Amino acid sequence: MQVKINGKSEEVRSGTLLDLLKAKKIEPQMVAVEVNDKMLERSHLATTHLNEGDQVEFLFYMGGGR
Amino acid sequence: MEFTEEQINRYSRHILLPEVGGKGQKKIAKAKILLVGAGGLGSPAALYLSAAGVGTIGLIDGDVVDLTNLQRQILHHTPDIGRPKVVSGKEKIQALNPDVNVSMYEERLTAGNALKIISDYDVVIDGVDNFPAKFLINDACFFADKPLVHGGILRFDGRVTTIIPKKSACYRCVFKTPPPPGLVASCQEAGVIGVLAGVIGTIQATEALKLILGIGRPLTNRLLDFDARKTQFREIKVKRNPNCALCGDRPTITELFDDGDPYAGCAVHP
Repeated sequence: MQVKINGKSEEVRSGTLLDLLKAKKIEPQMVAVEVNDKMLERSHLATTHLNEGDQVEFLFYMGGGR
Repeated sequence: MEFTEEQINRYSRHILLPEVGGKGQKKIAKAKILLVGAGGLGSPAALYLSAAGVGTIGLIDGDVVDLTNLQRQILHHTPDIGRPKVVSGKEKIQALNPDVNVSMYEERLTAGNALKIISDYDVVIDGVDNFPAKFLINDACFFADKPLVHGGILRFDGRVTTIIPKKSACYRCVFKTPPPPGLVASCQEAGVIGVLAGVIGTIQATEALKLILGIGRPLTNRLLDFDARKTQFREIKVKRNPNCALCGDRPTITELFDDGDPYAGCAVHP
C-alpha cells in the first residue's frame, strides 16, 4: 500500500508501525513516530496498523549544537 | 530611554521597518536573551543578536575554545584557543556592539543553577550539544515560564522549533526522554557541516527577535527541519501531548532534574 513517510510517497507492506520500523532497520528508541499529525506512544507501535494513505513522520533525535 | 544619534544611525535599517520602528528597537534594547552554549548555534545567534542591539545577552558555557571548534563556532578565533568561550564570546559581542551588556556564566547549566539563571531572561536559546542538557533546558523553561528557541544540528541536518511553555508543544511532548546513551553516536564521530550552525543558529536568533518584538508567527507547534544536502526545508506539525510527562494533563515531572549524563553522548541519526 501507499503511505507517505517523511513527506515522500512509498509503497510498503501492510502491517504495524513496528513492522515498518523493523523493515527500515530503525531502532524504536531512536525515533519519535507521528501518524497523520498525531504522536504515537512507543507502546502503541506494535498495535497500530498502517492504513493506505497514512502520513508517517519518523522524527529522529538531533542533538548537536556546538 | 532615548537613543543617541549614533544609535539611531546604527539601528536605522531596523527602525525603517514598520514592524520594528523606534518602538521595536527600544524593545530590543531592553531585551535579555540567554544563550545556553557559546558554540556552533550560539555563535551566529550571539553575533546577530548583538548586532541587532539586544540589551543583555547571557552566555553560559563551561568550556574553553578548542581547535576543532573553529570550523563552525564563528564567535571564536584562532588566538582564542584555550580561552574560556564566555570570555572570548563577550569580547566579540562588545567589539561588534558596545551597547550590549554581556553576562558570563562560566559553568554548565544544571538542575541546580538553571532556574536561577533563566529567570533573569526574556527568551532562551538552546545551543547545547547533548540530550540531557536539551531536556534540562526544556524543563527549566517550562518551570520558569520562559519561551525557548530549540535548535539541533547533525551531519547535514538541522532542526529549529520555538516552545512557549503551556501554550505550544514542548520538547518532551515529542521526544519524551533522551535516547538511551548506549545507542547514541557521539558528535565527534558523526560530524557536522560547519555552515549548518550558521543556518540554524541564525533562524534561532530570528525567532528570538520576533518574540521580543511580538511580531509575525512564531515557529511553535512546528519542527522546521533543514537538509543541507538538498537545500530543503520541511515543516512537521506537532501538537501538545496530553500525556506529556512535563506539560501534559497529569505531569509526573514536577521539579527540575538532570535527565541523564551530559557526557554520555550527543547526537544520533540512523
